[in-house]
Amino acid sequence: MSQQAMTHAEDYSAGLALGVDHRKIGMWLFIASEVMFFGGLIATYLHYKYTLGFPEASRLNIVAVGVNTTILLTSSLAVVMALSSIRAGRSGRMSVFLLLTILLGATFLTGQALEFSHLYGEGVTLTGSVFGSSFFTLTGFHGLHVLAGVVWAIVVLVRGLRRAFSAERNMGVEVFGLYWHFVDIVWIMLFTLIYLIP
Amino acid sequence: MTTYPATGTWRRYFSWNTDHKVIGIQYIVTSFVFFILAGMLAMLMRAELRAPGSDLLNAETYNQVMTNHGSLMIFLWILPVVAGFGNYLIPLMIGARDMAFPRLNALSYWLIPPAGLIMLASFFVGGAEAGWTAYVPLSIGGPPGQTLWAVSVMILGISAIMGAINFVTTVITMRAPGMTFGRLPLFVWGMMATSLLVLSATPVLTAGLVLVALDRVVGTQFFTVASGGDPILWQNLFWFYSHPAVYIMILPAMGIVSEIFPVFARKPIFGYRMIALSSMAIAVLGLTVWAHHMFASGMDPRLRVPYMVSSMVIAVPTGIKIFSWLATIWYGKLRLTTPMLFALGFISMFLIGGLTGIFLAAIPVDLHVTDTYFVVAHLHFVLFGGSVSAVYAGLYYWFPKITGRMYDEKTGRVHFVANFVGTNLAYLPMFAAGLMGMPRRVADYDPSFTSYNQMATLGGLILALSTLPFLYNAIVSWARGPKAAANPWSALTLEWQTSSPPPTENFAEIPVVTTDPYAYGEESSLTAEPAAAPAAG
Repeated sequence: MSQQAMTHAEDYSAGLALGVDHRKIGMWLFIASEVMFFGGLIATYLHYKYTLGFPEASRLNIVAVGVNTTILLTSSLAVVMALSSIRAGRSGRMSVFLLLTILLGATFLTGQALEFSHLYGEGVTLTGSVFGSSFFTLTGFHGLHVLAGVVWAIVVLVRGLRRAFSAERNMGVEVFGLYWHFVDIVWIMLFTLIYLIP
Repeated sequence: MTTYPATGTWRRYFSWNTDHKVIGIQYIVTSFVFFILAGMLAMLMRAELRAPGSDLLNAETYNQVMTNHGSLMIFLWILPVVAGFGNYLIPLMIGARDMAFPRLNALSYWLIPPAGLIMLASFFVGGAEAGWTAYVPLSIGGPPGQTLWAVSVMILGISAIMGAINFVTTVITMRAPGMTFGRLPLFVWGMMATSLLVLSATPVLTAGLVLVALDRVVGTQFFTVASGGDPILWQNLFWFYSHPAVYIMILPAMGIVSEIFPVFARKPIFGYRMIALSSMAIAVLGLTVWAHHMFASGMDPRLRVPYMVSSMVIAVPTGIKIFSWLATIWYGKLRLTTPMLFALGFISMFLIGGLTGIFLAAIPVDLHVTDTYFVVAHLHFVLFGGSVSAVYAGLYYWFPKITGRMYDEKTGRVHFVANFVGTNLAYLPMFAAGLMGMPRRVADYDPSFTSYNQMATLGGLILALSTLPFLYNAIVSWARGPKAAANPWSALTLEWQTSSPPPTENFAEIPVVTTDPYAYGEESSLTAEPAAAPAAG
């Protein structure tokens, strides 16, 4: 009994009472709240899509955005590789993959900026119609989340270069990875709902 | 880790401090200030309504006062004061040294004062006047203060979400050895259910507020009817949060009285498991009922029935709690201290609020009394008779723990009697006025409602005055009340097993929990033996 209690107490002081790091649980809960936030915006988009029909949606360029989607999905692979690298103790390899993540994320954002300016050129604007308002708000908030992810990736990269992570200590990379994958999955939802479903 | 300013200096309450006890007090005191401000706004309304005709406030000012009264009471009083209790008590009750994310905790507090100032600032730029529900298109076309209102509520929502993440993570990862989920104090269960609701509902309100703010500031078309915008969409987004918000405000209150009844009845809590489970059931069901606020909105009549049914089903877990509390005090050896009186007041007044909630869930009744004073009476019985009574009960119950000093029992009882009489006198007549058709949110009324309104105004005045003995008691007792023992109520939960007030980091040694927290009346509790022994070496 006393032996058991001590083990539990040690787990406690390490924040591992359920075997899960508190930072990870915190991130999962944060993601849950983000799901509901995007849920509100998605519900708005879908409500108007089915009541108004959204004829302007035909101006969307599925092929170009499909390429952009592939770029974002690849970045998730890079994050997975970064995490497995540091778990193997290969800090330099992790930095390369984090850099790749940053570049892919920045490319996605550039693609989105090009898409937005193209749509503006065609007269689809944030304030011009309910479609414009719904579309730009929803994809724009996703873009802001990617931007935040890129900034976070830069922070993780800098910390990695300063040897903050090792094979045993890499929760900072893992928690960042959870966020990045979440932002990716949101995009898969948005791409399907906005671009693919007629 | 973080360094704490020396304990005992009052300056730490005005500084960035990561001690959960300091943050808890910061939450409670700050929100109480907003409570008094919101109460003064209520008194302005009651003064206007003491007689028919528009004599004190014009209609516009009345709407601003009404909007800010509701918003301050909900977003800056009940929600943060409950978070304050959670902050102060959860680590103590589960045997932890602090919250899981102490710096995030400090941040979630420090978002509140600026958000409150932003909301109050709206008065000076043309106040928000669309009610706390901010229905569109009223809130889109309203004066500039409406934008500040939206920003303020958004910030408060973010603060609440950060707090909820912290509460849930803390309870999952930081329980002391032996503190299984089946031994968690019921207040902690209440805070868990509330936090899960905050995490699932608050972000949807934030999304809705983003749309309103964009419509107002940038000129988007979300709620412009001419472009196809749909005001009902806002009602859906708003009530998807704001109905669960009622449970967010009442579940911790139910947790507080669940702590108080067994202590002052000297009996084990009846139906521990059912009370804990019913909190979770209310949290889950609470997410499925929001459109009962919209029966009169022109929604598809076929959709009304499922919302009526789910709303009424919530009466089942709520009834389980009420009967469990009654069974707890049944044949108990009751000590009618101030916290116990407020807890008993909670049951009786919350019951009126809860039962009239079932009236309102019934479609035909709701269509008759929508937007009348019946609704005002119902929600005040739930939130004032319910949540606020429980908050007062909690403030008295944990006063010796938090301050290390005893409050004055006689003054406490005066407060209780005035509060109880005032609440019932203020809100009971509103039921009658509402049933007879008096519309809410209007500065003027038909002279036939005069006597009801005079009673309500008198009740409101008694309520306002009843805060004076409380404030006097709290301030004087905190300064020079008699020293409180570590465990003045002979309670068994862990927060009483450390000194009053608890030291920094709460426990000299992390306790090992061996019994459940409500084993009153059993042999071990005759001597009020603590439920915990120091960790075995």
